[in-house]
Amino acid sequence: MSPHSFTHAEYLAHLQNHVLAASRCQNCGELYLPPRPLCRRCFAQDMRWEELSGRGELVAFTVVHIVPSAMLEAGYDQDRPYVSGLVRLEEGPTISALITGVDAHHPETIRVGSQVRVVFPRGDQDPGPAPLVFEVVSES
Amino acid sequence: MRDVAIVGIGQTPVGELWDKSLRHLGHDAIVAAMQDAGIETADALYVGNMLSGELGGQEHLATLLADFVGLRGIEAAKIEAACASGAAAMRVGIMAVASGMADVVIVAGVEKMTDTLPHETTAGLALAADQEYEVAEGATFLALNAMLMRRYMYEYRVPHSAFAPFPVNAHKNAQGNPNAMFPMAISVERYINAPVVAPPINVMDSSPICDGAAAVVLVPADRAKEYGQGKRIVRVAASVSATDTLAVHDRRDPLFLEAAYLSSHRAYTLAGLTPKDIDFFELHDAFSIMSVLSLEACGFAPRGQGTALGESGAIALDGELPITTMGGLKARGHPVGATGIYQIVEVVQQLRGEAGTNQLKHAHVGMAQNIGGSGATIITHILVGED
Repeated sequence: MSPHSFTHAEYLAHLQNHVLAASRCQNCGELYLPPRPLCRRCFAQDMRWEELSGRGELVAFTVVHIVPSAMLEAGYDQDRPYVSGLVRLEEGPTISALITGVDAHHPETIRVGSQVRVVFPRGDQDPGPAPLVFEVVSES
Repeated sequence: MRDVAIVGIGQTPVGELWDKSLRHLGHDAIVAAMQDAGIETADALYVGNMLSGELGGQEHLATLLADFVGLRGIEAAKIEAACASGAAAMRVGIMAVASGMADVVIVAGVEKMTDTLPHETTAGLALAADQEYEVAEGATFLALNAMLMRRYMYEYRVPHSAFAPFPVNAHKNAQGNPNAMFPMAISVERYINAPVVAPPINVMDSSPICDGAAAVVLVPADRAKEYGQGKRIVRVAASVSATDTLAVHDRRDPLFLEAAYLSSHRAYTLAGLTPKDIDFFELHDAFSIMSVLSLEACGFAPRGQGTALGESGAIALDGELPITTMGGLKARGHPVGATGIYQIVEVVQQLRGEAGTNQLKHAHVGMAQNIGGSGATIITHILVGED
């Protein structure tokens, strides 16, 4: 058994420490982000945390105007939308994240395939409603 | 196992039904189905519902409804599988009758979504997604579907306008359904120019937030003639549920609805049929992209060719594979936990020849598919009209 349980709380603690961490199966090598304690490929339970580069590619995106309660409380609304996306990390896994470095009011300027990198919460700053943020660094 | 037949159907209009609470909606559909079947009691009531607790503060819903329709004392339970709750309840009802643990079962689907504010309903629908790794990052149910549509357009180089046939067909068909929420035709131009809600999804890609209830009565097929007052008996030829990852990002190929593939193909095997044998298909067009992904996964169109099937005209009432024959989720409406039962009711209407101006010329084998979340629970039913 792994010494860690690969919970959401452990994952968030890594993010707070500026580490984007996935779990890698020590039996078959499969990599999981979000982390899992049990390998869905070989069913082994021997996982280790592994730091990812934080670099990836924007696989899909949309602009959220009809925001759920938690994002409403964070200051987003119909007139202040945010971009939500799927990011494929260069190590392989895909993850949902908030996307910055783009103009939410002009989605036609956002490109699938753009290169992105993870942005960690700065200093004592509140990480905000979405713990995982990627910034577009260059268009495809 | 025993074969199961549907001998009664009932439904309420779909819409913003502010004057009726959950219990009254459920009552109207259940009583209509009981009258249609000619029954005064039942062994069990299973209720498909997603949001009664979250939006209405009411759980223990099936027991409430059992008493309210005069059936206090019988078994009752609510079944939840997000937007697939209706079909999930249907499947539990079928299992109860097939196994011999019950003889007469009522299955209802009930939902009330319009008594709450939009952000509350949005948060409620997002309960179908992965809370820790999707919703916490800002994704909503609408957003996840929008990302799937964006990815589809990118991978297959399909313009947004290619999806027009699906909502256009649904609205056209809704005109013949007195219970539909939006029984008005829309043009391709209106579709293309509709306000965007989450790019590339626009208003005309999206099924509406609404209220409604539908119900069916199930009995063993060999006793079906005792019920239904001489109406054509409809037999359940297959009922199959399959699952996928809850989160879209956890799927190796987000554009392939693996649970739709698994449930439909297992259903074909159980029924001894192929996709060519399906006369019509009530699919889960919560968003236009879901129609396309479902048609492809179920074997009606090759990968990347789902929009072409729509453009070919095959999906119209007089086409080779009519879909959403009474308006679908888009135009009949999508009261989430009730939708799976509306689909079953509409398949029965077609098989019985009770679909009015929308009646298909050839309706012997009908398929219904109810999708929970963005494809995580997918339940396929194949129903056959007995001669």
